[in-house]
Amino acid sequence: MIAHPTAIAAAPLPSAPGASISVRDITVTYANGFTAVRNASFELDPGSICALVGVNGSGKSTIFKAIMGFVKPVAGEVRLCGLPVDAAIRKNLVAYVPQSEDVDWNFPVLVETVVMMGRYGHMNFLRMPSRVDRYKVDEALERVGMSDYRHRQIGELSGGQKKRVFLARALAQEGRIILLDEPFTGVDVKTEMAIIDLLRELKAAGHLMLVSTHNLGSVPEFCDQVVLINRTVLAAGPTAETFTQANLERAFGGVLRNFRLGGASLHDDDDARHLTVLTDDERPLVFYGDKQSRQRDGEGGQ
Amino acid sequence: MSEGGILAELLVPFSYGYMLKAMWVSALVGGVCAFLSAYLMLKGWSLMGDALAHSIVPGVAGAYILGAPFAVGAFFAGLLAAAAMQFVKLKSRLREDAVIGLIFTTLFALGLLMASIWPTSVSVQSIVLGNILAISDEDVVQVAIIAGVSFVVMAFIWKDLMVTFFDENHARGIGIDTRRLKIVFFTLLSACTVAALQTVGACLVIAMVVTPGATAYLLTDRFGRLILISIGLGVGTSFLGAYISYFLDGATGGVIVTLQTVLFLVAFYLAPKHGVLAARRRRQVATEAAA
Repeated sequence: MIAHPTAIAAAPLPSAPGASISVRDITVTYANGFTAVRNASFELDPGSICALVGVNGSGKSTIFKAIMGFVKPVAGEVRLCGLPVDAAIRKNLVAYVPQSEDVDWNFPVLVETVVMMGRYGHMNFLRMPSRVDRYKVDEALERVGMSDYRHRQIGELSGGQKKRVFLARALAQEGRIILLDEPFTGVDVKTEMAIIDLLRELKAAGHLMLVSTHNLGSVPEFCDQVVLINRTVLAAGPTAETFTQANLERAFGGVLRNFRLGGASLHDDDDARHLTVLTDDERPLVFYGDKQSRQRDGEGGQ
Repeated sequence: MSEGGILAELLVPFSYGYMLKAMWVSALVGGVCAFLSAYLMLKGWSLMGDALAHSIVPGVAGAYILGAPFAVGAFFAGLLAAAAMQFVKLKSRLREDAVIGLIFTTLFALGLLMASIWPTSVSVQSIVLGNILAISDEDVVQVAIIAGVSFVVMAFIWKDLMVTFFDENHARGIGIDTRRLKIVFFTLLSACTVAALQTVGACLVIAMVVTPGATAYLLTDRFGRLILISIGLGVGTSFLGAYISYFLDGATGGVIVTLQTVLFLVAFYLAPKHGVLAARRRRQVATEAAA
């Protein structure tokens, strides 16, 4: 009997020899002279989910572009898993999950073709899939629960299914670092939970995920680390220390809506506690007293 | 007329050297243009083929006047057009479509002017409508080289181009040089436009690089199949179009493009999944289910 490839896959994933992102003091200036990001620095470690949070135009996409090597910083450097960006790209270390709005959902490709695109970097220049490639695609589809939909055209899927297809592509690519661009835009809370569960699994497998989001409410729920930016890194570190009201107010300026409820408007008794709601119209972030909520606020967000 | 007589009549085009040449050159050009059309129509760049075809006319006219290979003239006219568009775009606040419209009509007019001032070396009609029935052997060689090379190159890069057109960020993320790939694609497109100029003329080139892909798009959701269907349509309609034009005594380009349009209309209504009738059926089923 031939050894089934499952035997290989069942082995624990190699504990990612440092799936890390190290952004050291980078400044990115575009050809038109606009400096999108100045002196930005942060370090991220393997097996974690990190949120990249900032307003529109704060430089989130510039940071992504710098990590993927699309723009070269005029100063400073980015290292991925200890390698310069170009070398990391050649090794297929970085996978990218695009924003839904950036995808042409009418493109004539099937689900399995999109996932197979994740393997292209591992193939020869003719992109002829080997048995290993096919197996990895099957496995990735299985992992995200999309095997039954593999022969569907991508536009025929629901919002959450679409997201899962692109996550499967990232899995098939075997990227140690996965960049997710606004993954929760246009998906319902249930789908969001499903995606978050999947991200947690990937985290357990040693992947490093950087998620750009302005969905503040869910950040404390699934992100271990947060990088707050506004044309530079304002704060970076573990969520509990970084994702504070003071830091968020710095990152968002006057853009956020800010409610503070306390006293008679919140209680009928003498309870002196108050709560603060920060929102940009997605899921609100709630602070009870001065402490951030650790509870599920799914209902409160409706 | 006896049955044998009709058959003999139908085989007549195959007995003329010029008809045989017209049929296989058309088929070759039709096939490679159809290959490119699979990509062009996906990106909203369809009209660029049109702009390109018109812009290279002065180059082709100039080449004939000077007795140079037409492909060389077309190449320089193409460069001129691209440079002029960049220049106007940078130096004015006009929108891109206005700039393209301005430049390509200007160059087209220049080409027609050149052809009418020196009418002996090249006729306006053969540029605008194509003249595959009277194509010279040197031109056949040029067309065959362009089409052959384009086919081979596309066969190697079709998957990389697919990824690039579908998700450029991912393509770059796995180390594909998308910039170089796009330059290769547009170079091939320009070259094939020049080749198609010979068969269907400047006005109808756009159909050759859009219609087969658009038809195939209605028939399949798999990109590989889309390309094969598209090439099949391009080769079939071009070969048949040249053949039929012998009997109709009509312009070859007109017949080819009419055939392509007929097939498009068939697909538009009857395509099993994306056709108008299929959509109507689905709506009916949905209303009945709801009722």
